Amino acid sequence: MAIITITAMLEYDFMRNAFAAAGVAAIVSGVVGYFLVLRGQTFAGHALGHIGFAGATGAVLIGLAPLWGLIGFTVAAGIGMGLMGERLSGRDVAIGVVLALALGFGLLFLHYYTAFASQATALLFGDVLAVDRGMIATLAGLGAVTLAALAAIMRPLIFASLQPELAEAKGVPVRFVSVAFLAIVALAVSESAQIVGVLLVFALMVGPPATAQRLASGLWSGIALSATIALLEAWLGIAMAYETDWPVSFCISLLSALGYFLSRLPRPTRPGMVAPEQGAR
Amino acid sequence: MTADLKDAGGNVIELDHVTLAVGGRDGLARNVLIDVSLAIRRGEFIGVLGPNGAGKTTLMRAILGLIAPRAGRIRVLSRPPRRGDAGIGYLPQVRTVQPDLRVRGLDFIASSVRGERWGVPLLSRADLMTIEKTLAAVGALDLSRRPLADMSGGERQRLLLAQALLGEPQLLLLDEPLISLDYHYQEAVVDLVRGFARERNITVLFSAHELNQLVGALDRVLYLGNGHAALGTVPEVVTAPVLSKLYGAPIDVVHAAGNIFVLSRGRDVERSDHLHDHGDGHDHGHEHGHHHDHRHA
Repeated sequence: MAIITITAMLEYDFMRNAFAAAGVAAIVSGVVGYFLVLRGQTFAGHALGHIGFAGATGAVLIGLAPLWGLIGFTVAAGIGMGLMGERLSGRDVAIGVVLALALGFGLLFLHYYTAFASQATALLFGDVLAVDRGMIATLAGLGAVTLAALAAIMRPLIFASLQPELAEAKGVPVRFVSVAFLAIVALAVSESAQIVGVLLVFALMVGPPATAQRLASGLWSGIALSATIALLEAWLGIAMAYETDWPVSFCISLLSALGYFLSRLPRPTRPGMVAPEQGAR
Repeated sequence: MTADLKDAGGNVIELDHVTLAVGGRDGLARNVLIDVSLAIRRGEFIGVLGPNGAGKTTLMRAILGLIAPRAGRIRVLSRPPRRGDAGIGYLPQVRTVQPDLRVRGLDFIASSVRGERWGVPLLSRADLMTIEKTLAAVGALDLSRRPLADMSGGERQRLLLAQALLGEPQLLLLDEPLISLDYHYQEAVVDLVRGFARERNITVLFSAHELNQLVGALDRVLYLGNGHAALGTVPEVVTAPVLSKLYGAPIDVVHAAGNIFVLSRGRDVERSDHLHDHGDGHDHGHEHGHHHDHRHA
């Protein structure tokens, strides 16, 4: 029965495209998000999504593909945030005001771009079923660049995330690592926004890594688990949307929340998900 | 105290008319040590004491090559200080540890192995053996598999200590390692460092709030205060005249019940310092919030 459903689902070109695009974005988001959660910078991911909205709508207004506006704005904002301070505080009023302003600008740009009203919903909440082959190739290329950049700074990034004072003393260029990381986060946010939209990047970038960190205490097992959970949630979300006709982004965010709260239960209810490293307490 | 400068071969740290300042960037630099000369020999266990803001952390940061002296010359391990010197093990005073960090002890320690290099942090078998050996030496082998969030303050401190000892440094700079530890843990940490360092002839600079925490372990004491430094044995340095100069106020030194009390107008200055700073109860993970007053001191 399930197999018949899957084959039926994959008959459609747009479904195959959706699975491919969501797969790429989920893996990138799961891996980059792991470090975002490790550094306690999840708020930055949220902020970059909002700022990306202004970039994407601005790009549409001047006739560019929204993805490039998204990337341009988020990367610039990521670098700016990195230069401003070592650690972003979730309680920072200034950032909240800037976020509101970014969304406001996004609305303004949309206001002048009257031809395409559904663009707003697609940007805010994602439209993975509209992804074409060209976009998949772009996402894959972008994903490869993102992961390669992350691999290049991974060692000092982990050191500076876990022990900033010692890392500085040992000669890690802490500020540069922080800026480079936020630029990488910006790329991952841009990817993730193509699937779940700028408002729901948390569903792929924070939910799965936070779940993984509850279940696995090893670094590598945590990263692998985070990517796996993100991939499963994205794919299951699409399949669920296909069955129920609910929006894909709703299904993914639902699964993301479900996974996280299940992982917070005193005893894991899904023994299959427990990594071997969890070990003795 | 300056006479030791001649014996350059056996000296691990040499300060030659050194002036150190903090807060240089905004033009409001304040000298914390002025024209200090001293030499510390190989294998010595030095207790670093003095009031808040006296320059304990600043001195360590200068030895690490993180700040340059305004005047004078520093030599560490017979060379000028340089950032990232593998010969120095360091336990910073400000230890930001996220309270809900689920990463296990092994990955926490491993992050510092060649942590300043680029690329993907893959550990060799030899790296893992070194980590395991060092953890065993501080009795923290069981911490390698446990998430940091589940560790007590004392357990975390042992982990950080293991990390400072990793790679068998010739010089250990431990900045207030006893902060946030229970009394019985404090004694255990001092004994542990003392034993480890003596076996391997490692030089130790160990800063603390209270002399009595260290008095049994140290070879000499380095008292900082009022821009000055006094290095010598406890009977030489911990005297009313020397400390009065360092504190800039009349100080009495009282020996009682095997302890030494440093008193100013009848108040125990070390203990009141301590209570003022850290009296609000440390539990694990929140250390950094409590003492930014001497973050740069």
